[in-house]
Amino acid sequence: MKSLEAVNEFVIKFANVNGTGSASANNLFAKALFRMGLPVSPKNIFPSNIQGLPTWYEVRVSEKGYLGRRGGIDIMLSVNPQSMPQDIREVEPGGYFIYDNTKPLDLRLIRNDVNIIGLPLTRICNEQYKDPRQRQLFKNVIYVGALAALLDMDFGVITELVGDQFKGKEKLVLPNIHALELGHQYVKANLECPIGIRVRKSDKVGDKILLDGNTALGLGAVYGGATVAAWYPITPSTSVVDAFERYAKRLRIDPGTGSRNYAIVQAEDELAAMGMVIGASWNGARAFTATSGPGLSLMSEFLGLAYFAEIPTVLFDVQRAGPSTGMPTRTQQSDVLSAAYASHGDTKQVLLFPSTPKECFDMGAASFDLAERLQTPIILMTDLDLGMNDNMSEPLDWDDDRKYDRGKVLSAEDLDQMERYGRYLDVDGDAICYRTYPGTHPEKGAFFTRGTSRDEYAVYTERGEEYEKNMHRLMAKWETIKQHVPKPEVVRCGSDTDTAVLFYGTSEESSREAMDYLAEEGIYLNAMRVRAFPFNDEVEAFLAEHERVFVIEQNRDAQLRTLLMAEFELGPDKLKSVLCFDGTPISARNIRKQILMQMPGHNVTPLHRERVVGNGE
Amino acid sequence: MSYQVPKFRHPDLPVNELGYTRADYEGAISTLCAGCGHDSISGSIVRACHELSLEPHKIAKLSGIGCSSKAPTYFLGKSHGFNSVHGRMPSVVTGAAMANRELMYLGVSGDGDTASIGMGQFTHAIRRNLNMVYIVMNNGCYGLTKGQDSATADEGSASKKGDPNPFGAIDLPGLALQLGATFVARSFSGDKDQLVPLIKAAMTHRGFALIDVVSPCVTFNNNAASTKSYEFVREHAAATGTVDFVPMREEITTSYEPGHSQEVTLHDGSVLHLHKLSDDLDPFDRSSAMLALERYRSAGQILTGLIYMNKDSHDLHEVLETSRRPLNTLVEEDLCPGNKVLQNINASLR
Repeated sequence: MKSLEAVNEFVIKFANVNGTGSASANNLFAKALFRMGLPVSPKNIFPSNIQGLPTWYEVRVSEKGYLGRRGGIDIMLSVNPQSMPQDIREVEPGGYFIYDNTKPLDLRLIRNDVNIIGLPLTRICNEQYKDPRQRQLFKNVIYVGALAALLDMDFGVITELVGDQFKGKEKLVLPNIHALELGHQYVKANLECPIGIRVRKSDKVGDKILLDGNTALGLGAVYGGATVAAWYPITPSTSVVDAFERYAKRLRIDPGTGSRNYAIVQAEDELAAMGMVIGASWNGARAFTATSGPGLSLMSEFLGLAYFAEIPTVLFDVQRAGPSTGMPTRTQQSDVLSAAYASHGDTKQVLLFPSTPKECFDMGAASFDLAERLQTPIILMTDLDLGMNDNMSEPLDWDDDRKYDRGKVLSAEDLDQMERYGRYLDVDGDAICYRTYPGTHPEKGAFFTRGTSRDEYAVYTERGEEYEKNMHRLMAKWETIKQHVPKPEVVRCGSDTDTAVLFYGTSEESSREAMDYLAEEGIYLNAMRVRAFPFNDEVEAFLAEHERVFVIEQNRDAQLRTLLMAEFELGPDKLKSVLCFDGTPISARNIRKQILMQMPGHNVTPLHRERVVGNGE
Repeated sequence: MSYQVPKFRHPDLPVNELGYTRADYEGAISTLCAGCGHDSISGSIVRACHELSLEPHKIAKLSGIGCSSKAPTYFLGKSHGFNSVHGRMPSVVTGAAMANRELMYLGVSGDGDTASIGMGQFTHAIRRNLNMVYIVMNNGCYGLTKGQDSATADEGSASKKGDPNPFGAIDLPGLALQLGATFVARSFSGDKDQLVPLIKAAMTHRGFALIDVVSPCVTFNNNAASTKSYEFVREHAAATGTVDFVPMREEITTSYEPGHSQEVTLHDGSVLHLHKLSDDLDPFDRSSAMLALERYRSAGQILTGLIYMNKDSHDLHEVLETSRRPLNTLVEEDLCPGNKVLQNINASLR
């Protein structure tokens, strides 16, 4: 057998039992590599369960800077007998399977093409600790110590990190370092180390940070001036409001009175959460909610009201695999269509697609400016992969001279200058009209907010011409919106090509890596990352420029492709789908394979016309 | 279509402290059916706001969907209004109240809007003791869709359609009491003398104030077999007592007979006088209020008047410890922690 050999370029996966404290030990491992200057991309693959079911933690280590899922596992560390048969099957030939050999491995599981390494984790714990909880917790820390020896990691970096992580709880530092040493020493004394895969200090991290998208969004809401947050708990969006609250408690306390410059209301359901956001925004506060697919469905009626009544509304949708009882802890990009056309009647909603924590922060804060400038809901579409996993990211940054764009709002003085105020009267040609907040002026500017059935002066009418006029103005506003939403990013391969890829959100990293693979095989593709809906003119021009465009996304129905076809009236022959919807983030190898199968001259006939489905690699 | 009320006014109309006549609190001409109880309630709202000398633009009037929810167009034309989504007015008010604690929030809803589609939001607004007045224009039927029974229609009551309602009624004051509402009253659209002081007291109360107003639907539910008809309510209403509301700025001039009257000072210094007609209800005692509601209900009577009030109520802003300054007035300096703090946060993430 030829063992895998690699330095600073591999995938390791931990197979644990949910609720055993493995998350913090695994996190310690990933963060230690990050501190050694290595780009890392850890991903939690966890069940909808508090305790007992299998859970995994996959860490991509890549000095080349690939942060997406590659596909395939080089090292599997399995301490969960329940998932062991599946775990050992996933290991690449020549890879490494590390397990707790206190109990011997089931003979039927043994693979001859894999290096099998036993660590007596349970035995060491039972010898060292009496308390069952300690036995469980330190088992995780011990395997991190063992890995340090097997991979030749810098042990000093890990112990220093333990000190940082337990700042304020110093008495936990020594026991943890002791546990690390137990694992480390066992390997040094009993096993051949390091193995073929190893790490070395590098300098590829620079000033980057390790942060999850939901925390970045919560922080973006603090910086963006949100004062009202209304929400209903739902995985995987809950930590957005948790982060907002955590930072607001620290950073939003009035220095004079100690009172809070924010209000958070945990609503009775998502309908109410959205109603509260609309009420607060109508009344001149910056407000937001965070939810996931099922919540988006419940909010749809209100999103229509906000669209027609033109009330700024900010919604962060952290997408997951649907439906409500489906796979709430697995990732997908499957709310695109239901968000884009959310609600009854003719509605079109503005979507933003961040792909990094830095972009979550920036777009999160910008959502409030956009919502107030454009007077319409802004739905920021992230997903579980970006939201709940630590992602390596550019550091966050804020320009202290930046002013919030509060949009078109009339003051009492403005109203005094006016003869007659019309809430839905387009006075300057951009199809966006002036708002007034309740309580502004004793005599002028009051109006009755309704969905429709009113004229430009917000006076009740059921005249069809007035309705139609308003709908035409909303379409004109849609054109204005295109000028304001973030533009796409284009990467050109440098060669003359009629083929391109188009992706958005968390498909970015894997797509870029797949393009590198394809370039090595002589296939050069241009690339566009779409960052918003409505699609800017640049998107249309890019599509027109290419004969064939692969639209890469993480859902079954090729939802963004459908949106592109509908908005640009394109035929299905031009846009090809590359999809993954098994609940795990799309991998670079999967993308490469799906593109190759659909390239001209390829002799494989896809199962369903041009649409090819990933196999979960 | 709704029409603007003619601007011409008699020059001698009485003005309040702000110099406003009652007409300054009116809205567009109603498009509800002639004789609709809702129009009388609108009239009582106009009178209460005028007599309290409230600045019209400092009131926000919000509603859901239905005949009742159309009503806010017909009063307080100088106030911002919001005709929201069916059953979802409480959440919109919650957000609005969080944004600006200085306005007075008047929610108008109906029995379908509150007791059916909006039941969840109604109960949770009570639970949070949101500082608002919540008026239910309760006619026991769905008017706009032509008279189906609603969830507050009494068992056995029959609307114009003729079939007796087979289901029990949801009693909104009883429900509100159970949920811990801090101000609960019931009245009748046809009894302005009772309703106007109740609205004034509700508007002065800090916290959630419910007034369930039985308001007959003249078109679909004012027939002989209905328990929400003018005739039935007039015959079966039993008042807890009468209420006089004396705003903070006014001197108390009336003298009250001792023994049967009770004086209550509200949080802003206004005074409420209660003249009790019977001794079997203490409106400051929740258990007493619950028992009285049940006693009258089993006797086939409709208890009206102030049913319960908690004088020491704490509203949602107090619970959340939000800033005294309205959140919608805060600016960058109050809200944005700045780049230096952000760089420290970056450092903690390496």
